Amino acid sequence: MRRGGDRLDFEGRVVRVRVLAAMSGGVDSAVAAARAVEAGHDVTGVHLALARNPQTYRTGARGCCTLEDSRDARRAADVLGIPFYVWDMADRFHADVVDDFVAEYAAGRTPNPCLRCNEKIKFAAVLDRAVALGFDAVVTGHHARLGPDGLLRRSVDEAKDQSYVLAVLTREQLDRSIFPLGDSTKAQVRQEAADRGLAVADKPDSHDICFIADGDTRGFLAQRLGETPGDVVDATGAVVGRHAGAYAYTVGQRRGLHLDRPAPDGRPRYVLSITPKTNTVTVGPAEALEVSTVRASRPVWTGGPRPDGPIECEVQLRAHGVVVPATVTVTGDTLHADLRRPVRGVAAGQAIVTYRPDPAGDIVLGSATITD
Amino acid sequence: MAYLDHAATTPMLAEALEAYVATAREVGNASSLHASGRRARRRVEESRERVAAALGARPSEVIFTGGGTESDNLAVKGIFWARRGADARRTRVVSSAVEHHAVLDAVDWLGQHEQAEVGWLPVDGTGRLHPDALRAELTEHADRVALVTAMWANNEVGTVQRIGELAAVAAEHGVPFHTDAIQAVGQVPVDFAASGVAALTVTGHKLGGPVGVGALVLARDVAAVPLLHGGGQERDVRSGTLDAAGVVAFAVSVEAAVKGQQEYAARVAALRDDLVERVRQAVPEVVFNGDPTDRLPGNAHFSFPGCEGDALLLLLDAQGIACSTGSACSAGVAQPAHVLLAMGADDDRARSSLRFSLGHTSTAADVDALIAALPAAVDRARRAAALRTPR
Repeated sequence: MRRGGDRLDFEGRVVRVRVLAAMSGGVDSAVAAARAVEAGHDVTGVHLALARNPQTYRTGARGCCTLEDSRDARRAADVLGIPFYVWDMADRFHADVVDDFVAEYAAGRTPNPCLRCNEKIKFAAVLDRAVALGFDAVVTGHHARLGPDGLLRRSVDEAKDQSYVLAVLTREQLDRSIFPLGDSTKAQVRQEAADRGLAVADKPDSHDICFIADGDTRGFLAQRLGETPGDVVDATGAVVGRHAGAYAYTVGQRRGLHLDRPAPDGRPRYVLSITPKTNTVTVGPAEALEVSTVRASRPVWTGGPRPDGPIECEVQLRAHGVVVPATVTVTGDTLHADLRRPVRGVAAGQAIVTYRPDPAGDIVLGSATITD
Repeated sequence: MAYLDHAATTPMLAEALEAYVATAREVGNASSLHASGRRARRRVEESRERVAAALGARPSEVIFTGGGTESDNLAVKGIFWARRGADARRTRVVSSAVEHHAVLDAVDWLGQHEQAEVGWLPVDGTGRLHPDALRAELTEHADRVALVTAMWANNEVGTVQRIGELAAVAAEHGVPFHTDAIQAVGQVPVDFAASGVAALTVTGHKLGGPVGVGALVLARDVAAVPLLHGGGQERDVRSGTLDAAGVVAFAVSVEAAVKGQQEYAARVAALRDDLVERVRQAVPEVVFNGDPTDRLPGNAHFSFPGCEGDALLLLLDAQGIACSTGSACSAGVAQPAHVLLAMGADDDRARSSLRFSLGHTSTAADVDALIAALPAAVDRARRAAALRTPR
């Protein structure tokens, strides 16, 4: 049986390659590695140690970089009978993901650290090292399809689809990636893990941010950026509350605003924007959040030749966010999208990912980082 | 497959395996009074005599344990507690920075939990301890020193210490001297009585015996507080039902290793010298670590400039060659080898190191396989290391 991501020769046979399977200790990456072995590839498992001090990261079932996860990954590799090593990527991870995360919030933007980790660690530092060591590709347990046509598509399991956080990958990166899980649902992956005797079959999904031990992003940022109290204002500039640091807010946020004065109309208010320069958080009614145009920078285009004029496609503006039709234009280092209908809660720092609807799985055309 | 990691563990000798299986078929607790117990006891005591004879000790000085780590812990903590118990001023432990973790961490633990002071003796660039450093330490602190512990031969870089000279210095000051001789027995001549040490650690699986059995050879006039309390076996120092099969196989392997030591050392050192020479030809920039001549016959330890040992290990493993980076693991993350750092190597040199250790099953074909795979591995490891962002 051919799995998504297999390399085919001109006669359609699967080409056996040396691949590095990134194994987090979770069920997805274990099954992905198993499928790579079954496809006949020469597979080596690697667990990435990302924490400088593993105890400070999430422990137990929810984490991605604890001692327990390292052990789970090793156990899975042993069951598969493949070599297994731990690569210490803590310094790179800290510099490229954690520090970047803090800096982005400090600048009033809302970063996606998983996307950043794919861009800078898994499919960059790890992939480059793998290639230098003679590997042909990296296998991961991401839920996305990457077929012999080289196009990245959504997973068949739409709820688990991770094409959004992979859309940042360039052609060169995709050409050296294998995602064996894209044709399966999460339930199928779990069942397969159980059938294969992998102990991680019932391990709960990881979620939230792996390097924030208690899930308290605001506390994590406050520890690093300190308290910088400032005003919460409404659209007229009137002060309606105080905050302990503008960086702790995200566009579209409603909870935890602690406003002194209710809105005159009594309706809920949301964060509309964050202005680091004046340390101000601006709030307003839901409709003021609505955005019809999006601008973004650093476009990456992998779903075909880069368009030289406006194209019709669908766009997604955050992980698991709504998908809307749009007209997208790419010029130089910017991407401009006119949305067919307004979307709320569009935050700078997130990615805009463009898709072309397709019966065989919506195709990722490209992505860029939202600026405003 | 070319197995070049005998210092980690070495295959069991056929005669040790046979002795193990034969004894394991028999029922009997060596502490029981009936016939089965007597038979088991006879096997254990004969083994004790064989180990004692092979190591230049008296049978009553041989305490069987669950292996090297236990023996080291028993010696370090047990002698510390006994000596401090006899004289409360004796709270200092003297050791070296190149010890195995079984000693290093036991000493550290005493420092952290028993208010012990630790005197760390320096080593030179080859990993060698100098008697003058020990003399200076003891001249200053002798009345406060509970024990000195220093390994006979280094497990990483292979340097063989002049244990007799060091033990003599300790004896001048009346301080008991423990040595971890795990890597030495069967590799170089080891004689407990002649060396003048008070306690000596030996383990089975490094010399052709089973894993999980070893001994602490403890001079009769040296007291040690037990780590394990219970039935009072082994001079009341180490309780627990004796593993008769393990003990018998251990004795067979110690005897064979000691008896065959000279011939073994000559054969394996010749193979090793060939390996070193050919590695140098294949990778001219290589740095050979440890004492150039006074070293374990099977040990070859190198730093490969511009490479990470981890990457080399992965690449050689993929070619069926087993070796070791000799680095400690926490969650499998490699730390630079503490032995090299203690020898004055910088972080890069420590991280670029690799140990090849030959043993009783090694052949010229193993060396050929390594030399065939090494140049390409070094080339790739260099490319991978070049990607690393400068620290």
